[in-house]
Amino acid sequence: MSENGHHIVSPKIYAAILAALLLFTWLTVQAAKIDLGPWNIVLALLIATIKMSLVILFFMHGKYSPKRTQIVIVSGFFWLAIMLGLTLTDYTTRHPEPSRSANPPAIAIHRA
Amino acid sequence: MSGTNNPGGEHQLPREHYLNATYGIRSWLLTTDHKRIALLYLASVTFFFFVGGIFATLIRIHLLTPAGYLVTPETYNKLFTMHGVAMIFFFLIPSIPAVLGNFLIPIMVGAKDLAFPKINLLSWYIYVVGGCFVLYSFATGGLDTGWTFYTPLSSIYSNAAVTPAVIGIFINGFSSILTGLNFLVTVHTMRAPGMTWFRLPLFVWAHYATSLIMILGTPVIAITLLLAGLERMFHFGFFNPAYGGDPILFQHLFWFYSHPAVYIMILPAMGVISEIIPTFVRKPIFGYSFIAASSIGIAVIGFIVWAHHMFLTGEATYAAIAFSFLSYLVAIPSAVKVFNWTSTLYKGSISWDTPMLYALGFIGLFTIGGLTGLFLACLGLDIHLHDTYFVIAHFHYIMVGGAVMGYVGGLHFWWPKITGRLYPEFLARTAAIILFVGFNLTFFPQFILGGLGMPRRYHNYPPEFQVLNVMSTAGASILALGYLLPMIYLTWSMRYGKIAGPNPWPATGLEWKTASPPLTENFHETPVVDWEPYDFVHRPDLGLTGSKPKLPGKLSPAHGDD
Amino acid sequence: MHRTGELYGQYKTLDQQKETATLGMWIFLVTEILFFGGVFLTYSINRHQYPTAFGVGGNMLDLFLGGANTVVLIASSFTMAMSVWSAQTSKKAWVTLFLIATLILGTVFLGVKVVEYKQKFDHHLIPGHGFDITYCSKSPAAVCGLSEKEHADEVKEVKDAIETEGGVTALNAHAQLYFSLYFGMTGLHALHMIVGAGLLLWLILESRKGRFDANYNTPVENVGLYWHFVDIVWIFLFPLLYLINRHLA
Repeated sequence: MSENGHHIVSPKIYAAILAALLLFTWLTVQAAKIDLGPWNIVLALLIATIKMSLVILFFMHGKYSPKRTQIVIVSGFFWLAIMLGLTLTDYTTRHPEPSRSANPPAIAIHRA
Repeated sequence: MSGTNNPGGEHQLPREHYLNATYGIRSWLLTTDHKRIALLYLASVTFFFFVGGIFATLIRIHLLTPAGYLVTPETYNKLFTMHGVAMIFFFLIPSIPAVLGNFLIPIMVGAKDLAFPKINLLSWYIYVVGGCFVLYSFATGGLDTGWTFYTPLSSIYSNAAVTPAVIGIFINGFSSILTGLNFLVTVHTMRAPGMTWFRLPLFVWAHYATSLIMILGTPVIAITLLLAGLERMFHFGFFNPAYGGDPILFQHLFWFYSHPAVYIMILPAMGVISEIIPTFVRKPIFGYSFIAASSIGIAVIGFIVWAHHMFLTGEATYAAIAFSFLSYLVAIPSAVKVFNWTSTLYKGSISWDTPMLYALGFIGLFTIGGLTGLFLACLGLDIHLHDTYFVIAHFHYIMVGGAVMGYVGGLHFWWPKITGRLYPEFLARTAAIILFVGFNLTFFPQFILGGLGMPRRYHNYPPEFQVLNVMSTAGASILALGYLLPMIYLTWSMRYGKIAGPNPWPATGLEWKTASPPLTENFHETPVVDWEPYDFVHRPDLGLTGSKPKLPGKLSPAHGDD
Repeated sequence: MHRTGELYGQYKTLDQQKETATLGMWIFLVTEILFFGGVFLTYSINRHQYPTAFGVGGNMLDLFLGGANTVVLIASSFTMAMSVWSAQTSKKAWVTLFLIATLILGTVFLGVKVVEYKQKFDHHLIPGHGFDITYCSKSPAAVCGLSEKEHADEVKEVKDAIETEGGVTALNAHAQLYFSLYFGMTGLHALHMIVGAGLLLWLILESRKGRFDANYNTPVENVGLYWHFVDIVWIFLFPLLYLINRHLA
């Protein structure tokens, strides 16, 4: 499986991706200035994910890479998802702590 | 020289091989030969085995009496912590991959070296630097947090030398990552012509799975220790309740790596067993593809069970149920292996050579260790068994009864290949039996102690537990003998052992087609593989044709008289 | 590194060598995903628990500088990709030029980070003894370089936050968590950028000797992969750290 004969991505595509990334950056800043409640973070992460995908597919040649490389990339994110997802199953199914803001905790205990 | 089996006949060491190809300390410290690097690792992991062993000895002596008169409670905390840190991070995790894996994987796939030989050497130096930090920690106040470094003890309250230890383990993690990276890439891109995935030795499959865990898990312990270290050094508050941080978050992050880490410790040993058993049963392993797949299965499922270490932290019940179920699931691929190894024995021609003794011991002891893991995976039982000696016995059955026996058995099995010489067989078998007896005497009483309620990491215990503790310590002294004997006779054999020849057993892997010891570049010319693995029947190149071996009378043992 | 296109001993063909090196770099990047992933997890848990403090902390970051840095880094990814293209099409002079552009942009990024860190120090936002999230709102607007409107917004925001959190102490404690993560995450990212800058420098020196062309450009491509990865980390850091409660500012 050689990457030597692989597709050379043209500067036009790179320029287009650059423009898209800058556009999405502007978009995410504007979106942050509107109050969408819990959807702000969802939208922000969605835009970031799109930007990341553009970088991986085109700048990093992910779209043109052999299948093995693509599996490696997907596995990395899959494992990240396991770590984040399964840990959150603990945090999101705990009972809420009643005393969170009632008793402010003391500030740092300094080491001797 | 290579390729013919001639047990009982006179062999000679090859004129040039990797050990005598170049001389001088620089040729060792700057080598990029995977075989020499393996020996560098052999020396360093053995050193740390001693370090961890000394702490274990002190623990067991201290626990001879209920009140514990040997050391103070604070020092006792340091003893079990340093025993754990030295053994886990600096012995168990590197041992088989960095010693046997490094030595054998390139040869087994038919390559001249690993994909990245310089990175291989770098990974050894990283290990050494990490080790130095940890030794510095041991020497300047020790470590008393438990090898698990739970916060906020480790990040705030401990007065021991936590920071250098954390730095050392962080650094050592990169040694692991680079080794795993090297193995993965090597198996993907460096296989010889004809060496398809399903012709690979199961040892390689096991290390491939191990490498997956190394690269996916180790970075997480790195960031975890980094965060804990930052908290300790700069009072960041991630795990400190006073700032609103969460100590449980540390545990999630810590165990996300440290549970898969136990599979890093056991999978390579399983790979060793998969090589030894067919050789001394003289038939193909039963269910090759199932064993290969189960290695990958263990690696993957092993990543989704970590919170079973946290059942008693107050984690959400729903999460606990999920993790408990998944923990039962992960036992299945391990069981598949045990069934397949056992099935391989059926109708085989069994010989009781030393590696086989270790392999059979492994199967029994690993089974006990694994089954007791199921006890612990059960939520209701774990409430009583958590943090007791039951847990300690469980993991020592797997780590020592499993991984260490796999390591020692593997060392014996490949010793002729590594050194060109045979060890004294009678002494070796005796040592194996001593080890087995000593091990069981040490750790079986601990199951009982745990069931009776003796907590772990306590410097003292109620007087009614003394008999079992004394038994355990007595066993430990026998176990120590079982370790010392191989160290002595293996060293002795390097100079005075009978010369082994290329394939003393005989076994069917590619490594047995090379000279013993092999050339620096392993093969004169790239091998072309056109045989199936573990085929003891159709291998004329090894002198194995037809259903009976082409040898006079009963197959004489590979070893000479001692 | 060896001469252009020279085969190392353990490889059989140049193709195998290239394929091996690239696979190695991708696997290394996967380890980096998990490495950063741990700190992103820590961030997620803490933000989930203390949204107010995180919002207040986030609004104390300079949106202009953060946004500018994002643009700079994205541009540097573009120049890096162009450098790879230049190597693949044997335009050797362009290889060096684009690498230099990437390095300059990267250095600008790091320079801006230094400015930002200094700002945090001046505004008493370094976790530790002097930490005080109310410092800027308690002082006149000019002390922290805010306009009157910005200052008024911040005063209101901090006041509301103190009420939600149940006291200044609690707000300060949780805000310190935010800033610990801010420094931890951006610091880790900056460290990776410094390493990247070092790699770029090495590439520039090699490319000036004309080493990289259509036959051999693996180092450029692999350093490019690393650089793009570091860019991706920032693509997530920016919204997570800088864009939390901007509708309030």
